[in-house]
Amino acid sequence: MNIAVLLKSVIATDEPVVVRNGKIENSEAKWVINPYDEYGLEEALRLKETRGGTVTVLSAGNDKTIEALRTALAMGADEAIWIRTEDSSGDEHVVSLLLAEAVRRGGFELVFAGHLSVDNGAGQVAIRVAELLGWPHAGAVVACEVGEDGTVRVTRDAEGDSESWEVPLPALLTAQQGLNEPRYPALAGIMKAKRKPLREMTADELGIDTASGEASARTTRLGLASPPERAAGRKLQGAVREQAAELIALLRNEAKALKER
Amino acid sequence: MSRQHIVVAECRDGELRRVTLEAIAAARACMADGDRLAAVLPLDGGADAGAAEALAQRGVDEVIVVDHPVLGRYAPETHVAALLAAATALAPETRWWLGHTAIGRDLAPRLAARLGAGQVSDAIGAARGGDGRIVFTRALHAGKALEQRAFLMDAPAVVTVRPNNFAPAEAIAGAAAPIRSVPFDPPISRVVVRDVVQRVSGTVDLAEARVIIAGGRGVKSAAGFGPLAELAALLGGAVGASRGACDAGYCDYALQIGQTGKTVTPDLYIACGISGAVQHLAGMSRSRVIVAINKDPDAPIFGIADYGIVGDLFEVVPALIAELSGEF
Repeated sequence: MNIAVLLKSVIATDEPVVVRNGKIENSEAKWVINPYDEYGLEEALRLKETRGGTVTVLSAGNDKTIEALRTALAMGADEAIWIRTEDSSGDEHVVSLLLAEAVRRGGFELVFAGHLSVDNGAGQVAIRVAELLGWPHAGAVVACEVGEDGTVRVTRDAEGDSESWEVPLPALLTAQQGLNEPRYPALAGIMKAKRKPLREMTADELGIDTASGEASARTTRLGLASPPERAAGRKLQGAVREQAAELIALLRNEAKALKER
Repeated sequence: MSRQHIVVAECRDGELRRVTLEAIAAARACMADGDRLAAVLPLDGGADAGAAEALAQRGVDEVIVVDHPVLGRYAPETHVAALLAAATALAPETRWWLGHTAIGRDLAPRLAARLGAGQVSDAIGAARGGDGRIVFTRALHAGKALEQRAFLMDAPAVVTVRPNNFAPAEAIAGAAAPIRSVPFDPPISRVVVRDVVQRVSGTVDLAEARVIIAGGRGVKSAAGFGPLAELAALLGGAVGASRGACDAGYCDYALQIGQTGKTVTPDLYIACGISGAVQHLAGMSRSRVIVAINKDPDAPIFGIADYGIVGDLFEVVPALIAELSGEF
C-alpha cells in the first residue's frame, strides 16, 4: 500500500515564541515535525513494515521544512516532496489545493496527517485535502487497523467519547495523541536518509496559480503580537486550613469566580 | 450589500450547547445593517425539538431545522450535506459560524473546501472595524502569540469560535423567530459509525467548562485524581491534566491541556501539582482566574497565578473541599 503523510515543520513546543515587528523571530529556536503529524508518520511506517508498500512525506512550507522532511526520511519514509512556499502558515485554502494536487499525482491509497498543527492550530488543511480529493476522512484518530477488505477501522476521540468508524479506502486520517509512540531516527536511518529522494516542487509545476482566481488566498493576516503579560498574583500564608478558607473567600468575593451548585 | 449569516447549532444531551449561543453573539457583533442571521439546527428525528424554540428566542431572523435520523450520529459527509440542504433555503452568499467543538472543527474545513471558502478557525475575538471589515483574533502557538486575521473575500466564508470567549446571546423576551423545516435526502455516507462510547466520565466538556481542576505529575497516580474530581464536581467543573500526568499514565490523553492537547479558557483554573512548563502554560494562561497549588515555591506556574498556595495538594485540595462543603 502506498501511503502519504502530510507534515509541517513547527517551532518546538518547549520553545518560547518571540514576536517582533509583527513577525515571529525565533532564529535560534528548534524546529521539529509537528507532533501530531509525527503520530501519523509513525502509523504509516508501522503499516509499511507489516504490509509492504511505500511511505511518502509531503510538506508545503518555507526553508525550515527541509529539516523536518529529512527527519521523516531518517525515521523510515521512502521519499519526500517539498512544495516550496514563502510562508508555512499561509491561507489554508491555498495550502490544501497544493497538497491535494500532489497527493492526486502520487496515486496514494491512504493519507495520514496531524489532527492540528501546534503553531497555527487551525486544523483545516488535512480535512480540506480529503474534501478536495473527494475522499472520506476520519479525524482525531487514536487507533486504526487497515483490513484486507480495504476498510479502515478507526477509533476516534470526540470530546472524551470514543467513536468506532469504518472508512473505505482511499481515505485520509488525522492522528490524535495516543495513536502511538513515535520512534526516534536511528543513526543508520540518518545515514540512509541522505540518499533518499527529496523532490522540490512549486505551485507552478503543480499547475496551480495562487496569485489570483480560484486558487488565491481567502484570508490574510493583518497583524501579530505577543499576548498581554500575566503578572504573578500573591501567595497565601498560614496553615493549610486558613489558606483554604482565604482562597475560597477571595474566589467568591474578589475574583467572583465561584458559582457553587 | 446585505449578507446572510448562518450559525450552525449544536445540541448535547438534548440541550443547545452554550458555544452555539456564543457563536450567535459573535455573528451579531459582526453584522452590518441589513444582514440576516439564520440558525441551522440538525436534529435526529427525536426528542430535542425544544432546542429550535430556544434558538428562536436568541435574536436570529429564522431557524431552519434539518431533521433526519441519520443526523443523530456525526459523520462528516452527511452533516455537510445537511448544512447545504439548509442553505438552499437562504440567500446564496453565506457566512457560516460554528463552535470550535469536536464536531465543528471536523465539519467546518469540509464545508469550507466544498464552498471554495476561506475559514478562520478557533476565533477568540471578532469585531467589525470602521471600514466594515471583520477582524478576527486567533491564538497561535496555543497562545504564545495572537494573530489578527481577516477574509479577503466577503463570502462564502466559514468561522469557528472557541468556546468560552464570547458572551452568549441571551434570550430576548417575546422574540420568536419563524422556524421552518427543510427536506433532507441524505447521501450514502462512506463513513460508517459503528459505536459511540463515553470514555471520560462526567458531563462537563473540558473546552466549555467554566471551572477546571487540573492535575500534574504531583498527583502521583490515577487514584490521586480522586480529590481533584471531587472538587470539580463541587464546583460544577471538569478535570484536566498536564502532559506529564498523561505521559505518566495517570489519566487519559483526552484530558491533556497544553500546546499539544487542549487550549482552554475557563473562568477559574486550579492547577494542582503542575510545575508550569511553557507548553502547559500556553494551553491555559488565558483563563480568567488562575490558582496554583504546588509544593515547590519556585514552580513557574506561580508566575502567572492570581493566587498561589505553596503546599501539598493532598492536604490543600481536601481542605478546599471541606471549606466548600461547610465542614469547618
